[in-house]
Amino acid sequence: MKRKIIIVIAVILCFLLQSTVFKTISFASISPNLMIILTASFGFMRGRKEGMLIGFFSGLLLDIFYGSVLGFYALLYMYVGYVNGFFQKLFFPEDIKLPILLISASDVVCNLFVYFFQFLFRGKFAFLYYLTHIIIPEWVYTIVVMIFQYFILLKVNQKLEEEEKRGASKFV
Amino acid sequence: MKRKAKFKIPAKYLLMGFTLIAGVLIYVSLTMNLYGGPLNTAAGYVFVPMQRGINHVGSWLFDKTDNLKSLRDVMAENQKLRSQVDSLTLELNTIKLEQYELDNLRELLELDQKYPSYEKVAANVIGKDAGNWFSTFTIDKGTKDGVDVDMNVLAGSGLVGIVTDVGPNYAKVRSIIDDTSKISGMLLTTSDRCIVHGDLQEMNENQNVLFNNLKDSDDEVAVGDPVVTSYISDKYLQGILIGYINTIEVDSNNLTKSGTITPAVDFEHIEEVLVILDKKQSGETESK
Repeated sequence: MKRKIIIVIAVILCFLLQSTVFKTISFASISPNLMIILTASFGFMRGRKEGMLIGFFSGLLLDIFYGSVLGFYALLYMYVGYVNGFFQKLFFPEDIKLPILLISASDVVCNLFVYFFQFLFRGKFAFLYYLTHIIIPEWVYTIVVMIFQYFILLKVNQKLEEEEKRGASKFV
Repeated sequence: MKRKAKFKIPAKYLLMGFTLIAGVLIYVSLTMNLYGGPLNTAAGYVFVPMQRGINHVGSWLFDKTDNLKSLRDVMAENQKLRSQVDSLTLELNTIKLEQYELDNLRELLELDQKYPSYEKVAANVIGKDAGNWFSTFTIDKGTKDGVDVDMNVLAGSGLVGIVTDVGPNYAKVRSIIDDTSKISGMLLTTSDRCIVHGDLQEMNENQNVLFNNLKDSDDEVAVGDPVVTSYISDKYLQGILIGYINTIEVDSNNLTKSGTITPAVDFEHIEEVLVILDKKQSGETESK
């Protein structure tokens, strides 16, 4: 229960920060993607199901407030969370390489999908421009922010897991 | 602690279920013009107050830092300027007052002449598109204040965009610099029409929007000419300033011209906008 409340708060917080504060401190009109960090982190920290659910609801929020088609981001983020869940077996909290790799891949793949469905389909073929001016800058900025956000999420998750374990062992 | 042996759905079936839900949502929002509905209402009541709060705190902080900065500047320059102040105070004050008054009057006059009879409501921008691909933003006025889909949005003296979706206490605005935005424009000088469309690449590089299909057989259009919304547009009211022509070139078909327009609005720093509560009357009969 406590976990659910904290996750809901995390999703809300990330959404609010991303659409307000991080928009005002954007470099060259590029801002980081906090929602993808959240979705991917919980994916590989907690597994497919949790990543998937967080992804779905984060995406739905983006759709409701800023999307052009309801359900597009929900679908995209859900699969990002789900696929990240497969890497739970390889995940160790001490190792930062895997999270960086996975979050990078998630962010870039996500943006590639957005380009493919919402720009390429409308006949915007300047892929190289979008790659060098939107996708890569956003990736860099996201990784910079991720280093802070990921450790906060990691600590929160470890605390929660500790408490859950303690609760379970007390019962036994 | 009670633990029931709960039946858990395997992740892949859950994935299939949610994929289906998302698919249905996409289908519904693409085929019918139904967007959100109850979702909009619920989300609006939860998130809009929080976004508004953050923005209030943000602008308050900016104000404070500004105050601190100006205070420090004033302290440093105080000594140096004190000798000059006396001689200049009187002159400066009168000029400043006059300037202020002039600006105000000019602004009022211009606005009122350009958009005489429209009823408007002022709104604050409370959040911008979370991604980096599109230029949509949300404002803190919704159906409760009379805002509805397809209403035009202005800032200062120029067109900002159009309301594309609305909740009870917020509205989603697509700006004219958005990559998917297309407007029928018209040159004030020659009354020639053209299509004005936003472009992410052009906006990022030169802060301009593009136009094409301009028929200017007499070669009268020049750089700097104002472009307004045209009379044939079915959603934009006639005669709202879009911007000024920046570059112009003849297309390869030798019949039409295209180029770039510098928007009249500074899209980097929009905080307050005006929503025109009158909608354009198109030929279709209204269902109301």
